[in-house]
Amino acid sequence: MADVGMTAMTGPRGAKPRKTLSGRNIMLYGTLLVVCVYYLLPLWVMVMTSLKGMPEVRIGNIFAPPVEVTFQPWVKAWAEACTGLNCDGLSRGFWNSVLITVPSVIVSIAIASVNGYALINWKFKGSDVFFTILIFGSFIPYQIMLYPIVILLREMGIYGTLWGLIIVHTIFGMPILTLLFRNYFSAIPEELFKAARVDGAGFWGIYFRIMLPMSLPIFVVALILQVTGIWNDFLFGVVFTKPDLYPMTVQLNNIVNSVQGVKEYNVNMAATVLTGLVPLIVYFVSGKLFVRGIAAGAVKG
Amino acid sequence: MRFSKLTAVLCASVAMPAMATELEVTHWWTSGGEAAAVAELAKAFDASGDKWIDGAIAGGGGTARPIMISRITGGDPMGATQFNHGQQALELVEAGLMLDLTDVAEANNWKEIINPPSLLDACTVDGKIYCAPVNIHSPEWLWISNKVYEDLGLPVPKDWNEFVASAPKVREAGKLPLALGDQPWQSNLAFGAMQIAVAGLDAWKAVNVDKNMDVAAGPEYAKVFAAAAEARELAKGSAVQDWNQATNLVITDQAAGQIMGDWAQGEFQVAGEVAGKDYTCLLGLGLNEYISTGGDAFYFPKLDDPEKEAAQKRLAALLVSPEVQVAFNLKKGSLPIRGDIDMGAANDCMKKGLEVLAGGNIVPSGDMNWSPDVQKLNEDLLVEFWKSDMAPEEAHTKWVENLKSGL
Amino acid sequence: MSAASEADAIRTSSVAKPRPRWTRNISSKIAAVPMILTALVVFLGGTIWTVVYSFTNSKLLPKANFVGFDQYERLWSQSRWLVSIENLLFYGVMSLVFTVVMGFILAVLMDQKIRHEDTFRTIMLYPFALSFIVTGLVWQWILNPDFGIQGIVRDLGWTSFTFDPLNNPDTVLFGLLIAGLWQGTGFVMCLMLAGLRGIDEDIWKAARVDGIPTWKTYVMVIIPMMRPVFITTLVIVASGIIRLYDLVVAMTSGGPGGNASQVPAMYVYDYMFQAQNLGQGFAASTMMLLSVLIVLIPWAYLEFGGKKHG
Repeated sequence: MADVGMTAMTGPRGAKPRKTLSGRNIMLYGTLLVVCVYYLLPLWVMVMTSLKGMPEVRIGNIFAPPVEVTFQPWVKAWAEACTGLNCDGLSRGFWNSVLITVPSVIVSIAIASVNGYALINWKFKGSDVFFTILIFGSFIPYQIMLYPIVILLREMGIYGTLWGLIIVHTIFGMPILTLLFRNYFSAIPEELFKAARVDGAGFWGIYFRIMLPMSLPIFVVALILQVTGIWNDFLFGVVFTKPDLYPMTVQLNNIVNSVQGVKEYNVNMAATVLTGLVPLIVYFVSGKLFVRGIAAGAVKG
Repeated sequence: MRFSKLTAVLCASVAMPAMATELEVTHWWTSGGEAAAVAELAKAFDASGDKWIDGAIAGGGGTARPIMISRITGGDPMGATQFNHGQQALELVEAGLMLDLTDVAEANNWKEIINPPSLLDACTVDGKIYCAPVNIHSPEWLWISNKVYEDLGLPVPKDWNEFVASAPKVREAGKLPLALGDQPWQSNLAFGAMQIAVAGLDAWKAVNVDKNMDVAAGPEYAKVFAAAAEARELAKGSAVQDWNQATNLVITDQAAGQIMGDWAQGEFQVAGEVAGKDYTCLLGLGLNEYISTGGDAFYFPKLDDPEKEAAQKRLAALLVSPEVQVAFNLKKGSLPIRGDIDMGAANDCMKKGLEVLAGGNIVPSGDMNWSPDVQKLNEDLLVEFWKSDMAPEEAHTKWVENLKSGL
Repeated sequence: MSAASEADAIRTSSVAKPRPRWTRNISSKIAAVPMILTALVVFLGGTIWTVVYSFTNSKLLPKANFVGFDQYERLWSQSRWLVSIENLLFYGVMSLVFTVVMGFILAVLMDQKIRHEDTFRTIMLYPFALSFIVTGLVWQWILNPDFGIQGIVRDLGWTSFTFDPLNNPDTVLFGLLIAGLWQGTGFVMCLMLAGLRGIDEDIWKAARVDGIPTWKTYVMVIIPMMRPVFITTLVIVASGIIRLYDLVVAMTSGGPGGNASQVPAMYVYDYMFQAQNLGQGFAASTMMLLSVLIVLIPWAYLEFGGKKHG
């Protein structure tokens, strides 16, 4: 939040040199800072709560920093919180979540990007109808589709396997991802496509040599969407797998969502922040890629 | 697909004979005390030479049940699963997806030992037994903060009527007479507790067991709705969500009392409060000391594997055995399903519950009497009633209509 | 543009030797098989399945025991269902407008070549990584009259200060909105930013040369150029609104006043899984799907149908 001070150095970046403390900059950064307070307030509450002991949470000024800082809730959330018998906290599901998220993200993005590409550059009869149904599908609440999908996977013989779960994530990620890619590809200059066709490139040739390299930003957006969605998914992970494959969110749910018994809000908050860390890291790292992707795209334009 | 089937078969044929039989057990007991209680079950099962694979899913009915049902209908069921006994699992039984435990029940004489017998009745479909009951949870308790009354110089109320009478003084002192969380099930629970306390046993049985709709529409139940309307006034200004936040208002002496199930004890214990000294527990709101015998039971989905089936039956027998019952229920804070065991280590409130249970003042729980659909309809109605200005008469009429839809 | 590329695709393939109709554009068709299967089998099939079973009296398990329109009659006689729809309409419109407007304005601010863009972006995006259950819990705390914002301000001396949206049936939807916007606007901002960055620098230069004011350039030139981004945003936001569930459960459980913040998805889940009345749940979800169709069909016509004829 040291940005107010930093504005003093904004000099050489813009197109024209500007006065450092111009009214425009004050407005701009002022607005952004106010917005940041709105965004950061809950995080502040979460982190502060997670550093307090339960007696202090009970007395509760939720905004006050802890009188006595304790990391016990974090330790407990990661390594000790019990899920039924298994008292090893979130750590238990971490690798399962990775195991589920990585292939699901790759498969769903790969399929959706090809869909978007086919829908824009290689239309065939009925392709728009299928796309419309997909968009319709994005509005269907997941739980409604639970039983039909259970029946479907049972008939395919992959109910309860990792592949079953990957397929489910691919299916439910498909509508919005396809929409994203379709819209992005529609903005890529058509001349590039035509030129490649004249050079004799085929469906896959154009996809890999022209479309993919130009699409880093949209891949990053899709990545953000999918990593978040799949990493945070609880329902599918638990319905379509078995306990030895349960993702981290099952433990998170068990820590946060217990109905009877004592609610340990400090552990809840620590567990939440811990579970959110992986998507957060992806945001931070891919956010930079995202900017570079723009630059790379601009060169070709 | 073929590949994965093949590997499954291979794994199974390699693993099975060498190791103890593994059973995956799903349940929604995940809080500290609950987990400790489950650990007792697992310990006993593992000690008997089998292996308990734990599949805990928090969130009770809303979260856990669709998962369990999906697994069972998806053809990949777990070895055993928790349900509230009653009508919840009825259709799974009728669809032939559940294992018949009648031989286990007969071999272990469940008919004689399980008390109250209604627990076993709730497990019985067409004369066959499909579940093993493990505990009884009673929801009809009034929890009172003694300190609130000491500060006011009043005696601690001994029943609901005194509690209501004292309420204006509590209000004057700037405190909340009745704490009630916003979640719908809490309104429903409070109303359920008032039903038997205010209408009395006969009227209660006529409505809930004999399904006599004239009694339901009659004066006894009009009194219940009038009492609920009073309670609604007492709960005005209760701005919390979770039940334990409401309990916390009582613990911190900001509210005089709360209607909540026996699990509220855990909160008082954790806060270091002592029953009788810091807080008072009134069963049946102090008016009619009855325990409704809802609770949990385990069901066993059918598996195409004789070895697993044998293990399922071993587990069923084990759950009802005296040692497991004592160990499990002491940790869980619930009452055991058999009267022939020693629960000496129980605390005061729990002992009161045991006494009432032994005395036979028991009624079957809502789960056994009404379908989940009717219960949900009434839950919707009651939460609206508790949290708005709906006239008691109007709520009463709608409530009877809802009951009729389930006949 | 898409119509042109369609023509192009057809043209390029008809230049080749005459082939059977279905083999035309064959790689595209093969590549689209997963999409076609998902659309037809899962979404269309699943929807038809749901609609069919909404005419049955299925309880815990789907059973083909048809009862006509009974489930619908019951549905429309439930005050909870009617209130749910009103709530969703109100929340939906507010949420859609605010998310899109806030997301766009934030993206414009972020696009001013600011310092620490990474930090700002991460701060706005991080709520998206957190589950709705916890989002709801934290905001419920912050909005709690006793120990949240109201309590703090009163402790500071302003004792008449009132800010208690969640316990007032008239304002509870705004309380939900505060939390919902917090969670979702960051991602929308990201989408919009991607859209803004995709716009050619030359357009800005041209606008500057012509002396068009910045705000006018945004409204007249940039926003129309970002139409695909806006459509994506609308679909993402709208589908999230229709599925709104966890947040309400965590923050208000549908209250206060019993049903001041009930939403249709909550009705569907409660009746499917808690009440174990699948038929009733399916009837409610059929109504939800129907309303989606009413919005979607005109859009699909404009997007695809209109161009072919015009």
